Amino acid sequence: MTQLALVIDLNVCVGCHACVTSCKEWNTSGVAGSLSDENPYGKDPSGTFFNRVQTFEVGTFPDTQTVHFPKSCLHCEDPPCVPVCPTGASYKRESDGLVLIDYDKCIGCKYCAWACPYGVRELDENQKVMKKCTMCVDRINDTSLADEQRKPACVLACPTNARLYGDIHDPESIVSKAIRENGGYQLMPEWETKPANHYLPRRSASAIDNELSSKVEQQRPNSLRATDASSKP
Amino acid sequence: MNPAFSVIFLTTLIGAGQGLFLALVAVECGLIGSALATGTALLVRGDAIALLLLVAGLIASFFHLGHPERAWRAVAMWRTSWLSREVIVLPVFMAVVALHGWGHYAGVNLASALGITGVVLCFALFYITAMNYVCIKFLQEWATPLTIVNYTLLGCASGFTLATALAAAMEPSLAPAIARWALILTLAAAASRIASLVRNAGLRPKSTLQSAIGIPHPRIVQKSQGFMGSSFNTREFFHGKTRQVVQGAKWGFLLLAFVMPVMLLTLADAERNGAIAIATFVIQYVGLLAERWFFFAQARHPQNLYYQATS
Amino acid sequence: MTAITLDAQEKSHPEVHSEVKTTTCYMCACRCGINVHLRNGEVRYIEGNPNHPLNQGVICAKGASGIMKQYSPARLTQPLRRKAGAKRGDAEFETISWDEAFRVMEERLAHLRATDPKKFALFTGRDQMQALTGLFARQFGTPNYAAHGGFCSVNMAAGMIYTIGGSFWEFGGPDLERAKLFVMLGTAEDHHSNPLKIALSKFKRSGGKFISINPVRTGYSAIADEWIPIRPGTDGALLLALNAELVREKLYDESFVAEYTNAGYLVNDDPQSPQYGLTVANGNTPADNPHRNHSQLWWDAGINAAASNHAPGCKPALSGRYELPDGTPVRPAFALLTERLEQYTPEWAAEITGISAERIRKLAREMGEIACNQKITLPLPWTDSWGRKHDTITGNPVAFHAMRGLAAHSNGFQTIRSLSILMSLLGTIDRPGGFRHKAPYPRGTPPVYARNPFTPDAVKPNTPLGGAPLGFPSSPEELFVDETGGPIRIDKAFSWEYPLAVHGMMHNVIANAWRGDPYRIDTLFIFMANMAWNSSMNTTETRRMLNDRDENGEYKIPFIIVCDAFESEMTAYADLILPDTTYLERHDVMSMLDRPISEFDGPVDSVRVPILPPKGECKPFQEVLIELASRLKFPAFTNADGTRKYRDYPDFIVNFQTEPNSGQGFLIGYRGENGDKAMVGAPNPKQWEMYAKNNCVFQHRLPPEHTYMRNWNQGYNDWAVAAKMRRFGDPVMIQLYAEVLQRFRLAARGHGKRQPPAHLKDRIEKYFDPLPFYYEPLEVSVSDKQKYPLAAITQRPMAMYHSWDSQNAWLRQIHTHNYLFINNKTAIAADIEDGGWMWVESMHGKVRCMARYSEAVEPGTVWTWNAIGKARGAWHLDADANESQRGFLLNHLISEELPNADTASGRMSNSDPLTGQAGWYDVRVRVYPAAADEAKESWPQFDAMKPLPGSSKLQRLWHAFVAGKEQKAEETR
Ligand SMILES: Nc1nc2c(c(=O)[nH]1)N[C@H]1C(S)=C(S)[C@@H](COP(=O)(O)OP(=O)(O)OC[C@H]3O[C@@H](n4cnc5c(=O)[nH]c(N)nc54)[C@H](O)[C@@H]3O)O[C@H]1N2
Ligand SMILES: Nc1nc2c(c(=O)[nH]1)N[C@H]1C(S)=C(S)[C@@H](COP(=O)(O)OP(=O)(O)OC[C@H]3O[C@@H](n4cnc5c(=O)[nH]c(N)nc54)[C@H](O)[C@@H]3O)O[C@H]1N2
Ligand code: SF4
Ligand code: SF4
Ligand code: SF4
Ligand code: SF4
Ligand code: SF4
Ligand SMILES: [Mo]
Repeated sequence: MTQLALVIDLNVCVGCHACVTSCKEWNTSGVAGSLSDENPYGKDPSGTFFNRVQTFEVGTFPDTQTVHFPKSCLHCEDPPCVPVCPTGASYKRESDGLVLIDYDKCIGCKYCAWACPYGVRELDENQKVMKKCTMCVDRINDTSLADEQRKPACVLACPTNARLYGDIHDPESIVSKAIRENGGYQLMPEWETKPANHYLPRRSASAIDNELSSKVEQQRPNSLRATDASSKP
Repeated sequence: MNPAFSVIFLTTLIGAGQGLFLALVAVECGLIGSALATGTALLVRGDAIALLLLVAGLIASFFHLGHPERAWRAVAMWRTSWLSREVIVLPVFMAVVALHGWGHYAGVNLASALGITGVVLCFALFYITAMNYVCIKFLQEWATPLTIVNYTLLGCASGFTLATALAAAMEPSLAPAIARWALILTLAAAASRIASLVRNAGLRPKSTLQSAIGIPHPRIVQKSQGFMGSSFNTREFFHGKTRQVVQGAKWGFLLLAFVMPVMLLTLADAERNGAIAIATFVIQYVGLLAERWFFFAQARHPQNLYYQATS
Repeated sequence: MTAITLDAQEKSHPEVHSEVKTTTCYMCACRCGINVHLRNGEVRYIEGNPNHPLNQGVICAKGASGIMKQYSPARLTQPLRRKAGAKRGDAEFETISWDEAFRVMEERLAHLRATDPKKFALFTGRDQMQALTGLFARQFGTPNYAAHGGFCSVNMAAGMIYTIGGSFWEFGGPDLERAKLFVMLGTAEDHHSNPLKIALSKFKRSGGKFISINPVRTGYSAIADEWIPIRPGTDGALLLALNAELVREKLYDESFVAEYTNAGYLVNDDPQSPQYGLTVANGNTPADNPHRNHSQLWWDAGINAAASNHAPGCKPALSGRYELPDGTPVRPAFALLTERLEQYTPEWAAEITGISAERIRKLAREMGEIACNQKITLPLPWTDSWGRKHDTITGNPVAFHAMRGLAAHSNGFQTIRSLSILMSLLGTIDRPGGFRHKAPYPRGTPPVYARNPFTPDAVKPNTPLGGAPLGFPSSPEELFVDETGGPIRIDKAFSWEYPLAVHGMMHNVIANAWRGDPYRIDTLFIFMANMAWNSSMNTTETRRMLNDRDENGEYKIPFIIVCDAFESEMTAYADLILPDTTYLERHDVMSMLDRPISEFDGPVDSVRVPILPPKGECKPFQEVLIELASRLKFPAFTNADGTRKYRDYPDFIVNFQTEPNSGQGFLIGYRGENGDKAMVGAPNPKQWEMYAKNNCVFQHRLPPEHTYMRNWNQGYNDWAVAAKMRRFGDPVMIQLYAEVLQRFRLAARGHGKRQPPAHLKDRIEKYFDPLPFYYEPLEVSVSDKQKYPLAAITQRPMAMYHSWDSQNAWLRQIHTHNYLFINNKTAIAADIEDGGWMWVESMHGKVRCMARYSEAVEPGTVWTWNAIGKARGAWHLDADANESQRGFLLNHLISEELPNADTASGRMSNSDPLTGQAGWYDVRVRVYPAAADEAKESWPQFDAMKPLPGSSKLQRLWHAFVAGKEQKAEETR
């Protein structure tokens, strides 16, 4: 069975927020929209976004890593947010594994948000329904789009190609390979939600030194090679 | 979590209503005290008050919804959702309480049978309400059977305290017996609530920044949550109160929900003085509001790990 | 609201894709290609254009928020005139018609042009249309023109162009496709931002190593494999030590250095000679560029005698002392460099930079070994400038990139020369895996395509300026000074104070005009620059100067015209405001005459075409210039019979040629009557349509053998001359030894016709050193380092562009206000709490702000995001918006002038003494906590700016954008 997912490569994410605003931009005028903003030009502006990029500092000076960390709904394989929903508005799609929300059914009880450990659901405070990443269902399933455009808006936007998209149940997909070859991992495994989205770790500096000094043309795993189909056209 | 007043009122009001109903049925069945001296008036009015509390709780719950007009949809997912089950059981229970009261008012025979049905539903409702919180396993403060015991005992205690006040006004001969039970339940509730406080004090969050972002390093500090004004995730899950306020709520509810009611019930002859009896209930109820506020405030949602800093 | 379960809905959105138009983004200066999706005439979605060579389909946070710029309530929509009697800065305006606006400008400017053209000053900010604005100024006849380069990165441009004939920024960059080691210095998020991100990711994924040298770890540095924190302003020391190590360890590319740089050129070593320190010209050989003599001498070690440079079979000596037959003592330039470098040990640099000597040695070894041992050879035959044929092209795969972290210091020029020398020693100039040029570069060291005037008589009434407003002086004779050596330009560029100010000095204009030093002007025309806020230093004082009057009640700067698109802080100080269009509403060109978007493998230029009609009365600034130029009857804009030459801007772009029938115009694509010519050709009336059809871009790919070694690649240079990118096809020799600087130094020593005024002699002597050296930034050298122990700098945030995105409802949620980032240890020592209010104080001023602890900043440095803080009420934000209440501007701490006892005025510009580059990152500060009883708001605060007439009056509580459905759910409060 298909399980669509994003795989986010922390090794190359520069924290540019392109995925954040292109997500908002695509979705606000689409089937998932509009995504409202409160106090857009006033004090403490606030709004609904499906995707946020956060920044963490790891380590102490001078051995500090600045880690940019994009996060949207992880489309868990065992999503705790779904069974709690009293209306059935939140559901997991059999066909592609996406966790979606039917806004017409949602009563805005916020219970699903309580039941998501990752903090990725956001109630649209103007429309009073729960919202979150849809994996851009209206792009990926839109047959009127060219094939290479049938990807989530954030994936197409990302300048470093840090966002890979595909079916993690297909062992040959670019996402499965990337996870396999780069030590892809899931967030908060302790809750056994089995997030479909995975993250790829930073590589260590010593690893590169070894690679560089062993003058043999050591190549990075295939799924992430610059020439791979995953990279930008 | 940021305590939502709608939910605080929902759970405390229906809890008291449920407890009151249980007290009434206990009296009705002769489990408490001797038989009713003045007929069924206590049962009828008691049911009416219980129903009032349940309705008030239900109304409060609507304030929690973004789309209350669609609330009916919430019955759909009873197979998986405790909330859906609550939405089903609560009105059924309310209907039984109403019928029970009406039965006694009209002198219909079935009333006692309805009382037993009501008791089953009542316990089911305690269980279901609590399960809404227990089932979220990563809210470790909530995910314990103690939550079920607490919801049940706290509801019963407040319901019995209210029943004591009712009896003091309408059926004084029964009051001491009910008061005794109110005392026992309050002490039991205190014990179990304190047990959960002790348990929670020793909890270590299973989720850490390390597991949240998947980087095994002892020193990770968030610098930016990705936005600066605020978002649903910062409003819904953070109470934004200082430690003192939270600690104040804790000591406040221990005092108001347990210590003062116990003192009033034992020392102040609450069962004989209607005013004191009512005051006891009110004090305990306020204490329970604080308890419920604390219940939410104390729960550390793992999502909060992701929303620690702006820059 | 719709359920997203509805499959039909999900699968096809004809209305979404009904209309897709192509143009070029301008949410920043990177200029990515974009596809704009429209729905019922409103923008639905802006995405990167997958067929665009620059961004290849990707976009950035700003680009994807273009919708919110287009529909921003802060947009200006009508020409405005300051109300009679209202003070500048009070933002009291009345709307006027364009006719009236043009009448006012025409009258005023015609008068100035006929009397004293200098009294008109045109300065432009973050625009990229300097070919047109420069032409306008030149045709007007005023020398007082420049763009933002002087306060931006002129050190980078000048330091590299004077050394290697090209620079980072738009004119060249790192070849990350082939590099194995990439070292980035002082770059946060620069101009080539999307392409660099694309390249960085590919580079890392293919195994390359990325080292970032920066006091702060943000931006691109976040994904660096190694971060080397450095103290601000000290890179010069690091780079000199690296150079020294490479030479000491013989880890440099000796044959590259010998052949392609001036290392082997013999330098006059006779201190008594007026030629001292100049290379010895070999008079016998004819010069192929009248401005530059390429006939020099090498010392041929084989025959132990001087020989013409590049004489067949000759190898130049790189060390030693020799005597020419006429008795002149000479030394190879490289010997001088080697000798200079001797003193720069890693230990010496460690003291200054805070980087350990061991790390510096390791870095040098890493660079040198990869450069020397992991060479790349491409089978590309080519011919060099001396007619020698080569079968292959070699590359040493160490690439660099650097930006304002080096440039924005007053020692930046020499630092960047040190970097250029390092890159040259490693043999990485225009070679695979190293630095690669982009057309129209390389050009000479320095170039001669643009030449500023040299004498005051270049400025004459009703006459175009006798030279380009900006040029590249190569000797004192090419300064733009009067008989006494005084400045002619209002900003004093090309004077003895800033001889190599090749981008002008916009940051000096307001203070100089206000003071009347060197003279008073009448009209200051500002386009796309927020000089009343983030692009001026000492902002509070600058705002006062803009508003200051003389004894007669006349403003010291009598008339200010501002062309802006939004209610910026600057608009409040205008007498006349011209509302510009947005980038989605106008024609525009990224011209080869200016800063095109060329790639390594050939020239590329691009255009914008209007996607939407202008809002309200907005008019493209381009049209304003064409209209004014026509009304003022500038020769280039007027037919022989006195009639107007160009209908409008598109017409101008198509038909303008640099010289009659030169075939060279603003665009290189689709030239010739049928549009089948590239680079040069007759005007093509269909040019715009052809660009529009081709993703708004034109790319000319050179044959591969012309894409490397271009400084000395005869095939390429012949083509470049034919394509009018260079005037002469002579080799562009790398100036390890900067002879140009020595010419100025000789003048300071009393040689030549033009000599510096007495008070500047020492300054010229010191800084115009032909060999690289390190000196403390000027501000640091006059600061009390005990009192002000910390350096304060800024960073570009990726999701904001300078000051102009706070009106953008989406972007401002990401950066609503700013903190001062400070190392945990430094903060704790100063008793400052994380998130607490604090003061930052420099010798010029102080600011109250909030602190944010960080382990990603060197302990002696504090920093903040640039230009997030705003003046209250500006940008159509509410008066209590976080930007003004919690945000702050570091500029209040920085001054455009420094105390200097040596000068007559007792002050000097806070600028690099060679180029005039503004020294933004030199300021020293101290920090201390704010008192508990102080207001919890940033300081200084200003009176709230009022919304301008014509902008939206709605105070929105909600905004939910839905394109084209007439249901832009908006609620007002
Ligand atoms: N998103 C976005 N992109 C932009 C802009 C923007 O506003 N927003 N602005 C554009 C403009 S006009 C420009 S000029 C470019 C500028 O592009 P950059 O030069 O990348 O921009 P800055 O933020 O000035 O970055 C300077 C970097 O140098 C570091 N630094 C400061 N002093 C020193 C030093 O002494 N040594 C070293 N090694 N590092 C130092 C700082 O920590 C910072 O990381 O960006 C352009 N691109
Ligand atoms: N402290 C500190 N100060 C700095 C820097 C720093 O690093 N630190 N960096 C410096 C550098 S490198 C630069 S380049 C400057 C940049 O400073 P500025 O050149 O002042 O740049 P912006 O803030 O982008 O403001 C430009 C103006 O252009 C307007 N604008 C935007 N779009 C359009 C348009 O389409 N048409 C017109 N007519 N106007 C438009 C905006 O509203 C704004 O008022 O800042 C400098 N200031
Ligand atoms: S667009 Fe890509 S690089 Fe930018 S923040 Fe998102 S994931 Fe990271
Ligand atoms: S990330 Fe949260 S919202 Fe998304 S599927 Fe998992 S639990 Fe549900
Ligand atoms: S908020 Fe909506 S989606 Fe979430 S649980 Fe309630 S009804 Fe379901
Ligand atoms: S997949 Fe689509 S909805 Fe999800 S974060 Fe990316 S752009 Fe947003
Ligand atoms: S980098 Fe600049 S030009 Fe490119 S998409 Fe972003 S804002 Fe637009
Ligand atoms: Mo700049």
